[in-house]
Amino acid sequence: MHRLATTTGLYPLPDWAKDELSALKGHQKEDLVDGDERSEVTNAYLRARSEIVDVQREAGLDRIVEGQLRWDDMLAHPLTVHDAVETGGIVRYYDNNNFYRDPIVTGELVHDGDVAADLEAAQSDDCGPLQAVLPDPYTLADLATDDYYGDEREFLAAVASFLADEVAAFPDVETLFLLAPSLAVSPPTDDLGGVTDALETVASATDAEVVVHPYWDAPPGRVYQALLDADVDALGYDLVAAADASLTNAREYGTPETVSLGVVDGQNTLVETRETIDERVAAFESVADGVDTAYLTTNAETFYIPVNRFEAKLAALGAAARPPEVQA
Amino acid sequence: MSTREQFRPPNHPHDHFLLTTVVGSYPKPKWLERERDAYDEGDRSEQHWTESVEDASRLITHEHERAGLDVVVDGEMRRTEMVEYFANRIDGYEFNGPVKVWGHNYFDKPSVVKEVTYEEPWLVDEFEFVDGVATRPVKVPITGPYTLANWSFDEHYGDTETLAYELADLVNEEIEKLVDAGARYIQIDEPALATTPDDHAIVGECLERIADDVPDDVRLGLHVCYGDYSRIYPEILDYPVEEYDVELANNDFDQLDVFTDHEFTKDFALGVVDAHVAEVETVGEIKDNIKKGLEVVPPERLTVSPDCGLKLLPREIAYQKMANLVTAAREVEAELDAGEVHVGTESPASAD
Repeated sequence: MHRLATTTGLYPLPDWAKDELSALKGHQKEDLVDGDERSEVTNAYLRARSEIVDVQREAGLDRIVEGQLRWDDMLAHPLTVHDAVETGGIVRYYDNNNFYRDPIVTGELVHDGDVAADLEAAQSDDCGPLQAVLPDPYTLADLATDDYYGDEREFLAAVASFLADEVAAFPDVETLFLLAPSLAVSPPTDDLGGVTDALETVASATDAEVVVHPYWDAPPGRVYQALLDADVDALGYDLVAAADASLTNAREYGTPETVSLGVVDGQNTLVETRETIDERVAAFESVADGVDTAYLTTNAETFYIPVNRFEAKLAALGAAARPPEVQA
Repeated sequence: MSTREQFRPPNHPHDHFLLTTVVGSYPKPKWLERERDAYDEGDRSEQHWTESVEDASRLITHEHERAGLDVVVDGEMRRTEMVEYFANRIDGYEFNGPVKVWGHNYFDKPSVVKEVTYEEPWLVDEFEFVDGVATRPVKVPITGPYTLANWSFDEHYGDTETLAYELADLVNEEIEKLVDAGARYIQIDEPALATTPDDHAIVGECLERIADDVPDDVRLGLHVCYGDYSRIYPEILDYPVEEYDVELANNDFDQLDVFTDHEFTKDFALGVVDAHVAEVETVGEIKDNIKKGLEVVPPERLTVSPDCGLKLLPREIAYQKMANLVTAAREVEAELDAGEVHVGTESPASAD
């Protein structure tokens, strides 16, 4: 099984950037990014992005993300900066001690271009094989409030179409990770066709390899089966927070030929050893036949952890994708 | 038996007594922040810094007394953040740097890297100092074991439950020392319970470990804020504490019916002013809020406090909120004495 080292993006800001951007932007709800930042703020993000691209290259990662450093609202970001979206109160981000602004969709979700601009900025750093990161359409719709479309399926299709337009504007990327925690922790109970249609709408907008990566739990069997049937290139497995359930899905229903394996904990400071990572990969290999490529990644976003441990975890991933060094 | 009567001031003007207090934290004087920076940069001696903290502690304790509160604190002048302060004093923790809570709000979330052990008292000096300068009874807020566990990275124990019980034993040791030093009102802060309400049984077990050794005359309270109370109530009524301090003003008392749908059998400490809005509620507004509390419990079981710690507010706003809270409570007591206030959820009989 060929190993590629990557991450799920949504990185912690470098500590100097935490200080500088706190001072420039402020601490309140109205101070968060709105897609129209002033030049000092944009400049600070550019420097921070350049720094984290270097960190990934030094770690030996096979895919480079722009880090989603501007995503103050985490996975809800593509909507919270949109002109047809009003931001409501601060709401809890899944079961974490983190909060984002509730995006309330009040108009048609037309093309925006916010995510493409950040990818272009990273590409200009000549960073190597680029990986884009977005929420999958079901997850983004789950994080938002619809005050315009009025129908769940229509809203999901509109979110998918919006994301597809964003993807179509991307510079060349090797891989597109669609982060899909909601498919695992608040999965759809009906209309699975609408969910897979939405995924395919986004996937068909790019030639890049499209990975759908659920985490914090494994999707229930019927959702997992629908994902297997969907026209996407790869599926993800959280082998940290939901190892047993993820292995059960793989054993019971099979896997695609390409997978993403969350083998490093994005939410804990304990840095995994090579041995731990190898054990997690081996556990997956023991239940999955016919996998030819595995992206090794953090299971979840990494903004939860301090910078020093984040960097150590990237280095661990980079090393785990290479053959072990032979001791002299 | 209620522990409440010991906190009624000797010269209390009314028959009814609504215990007024605060949750804990308070804006630090600006000069103390400057002294802290100077101390951190090595420009102040240890003794100079200790004196600065004591000056601030005395000042803010007296500010609480001036506001008229029945039970006071010193606004947690020694403390930085509610997990960080304790993690700095518990062996087994280490710090790696700040992490995001939301937007550009960060905290130094510590990591548990080995067995946690009790090395030195955490709050005894603080209590003894405040008790020495205060003329009113003093409350001690202490971060609960579940929050200390859940808001840390666990590199050692492998599950939050085990870590929480280990920390509960340490909190128990600290509370024993506080009680020995004379503390009679201890508030355990468990905001993490709002993050993960499914763990309410773990919090209950932690509290059992703590309450077992606490004498009957010590008032134990629990503060939980910013969550969906319907997911933990009425289960939390089984906890071995006498008083529950909740935040309801923030959402305009939307969740009040959670507490009226099932009989509230303990003392109810109601947040009657918002800790995150820099606009001072009028005495009239606060009186209306206090009367909402009387829909839940009778006056002899109602405590009146802000929603949460006031430290994020400008100091003059924080002070005025406390002063208006006390005025409102005293006016409601007078109305209760005169039989002018209805208690309970039933509609009052027509006076016509």
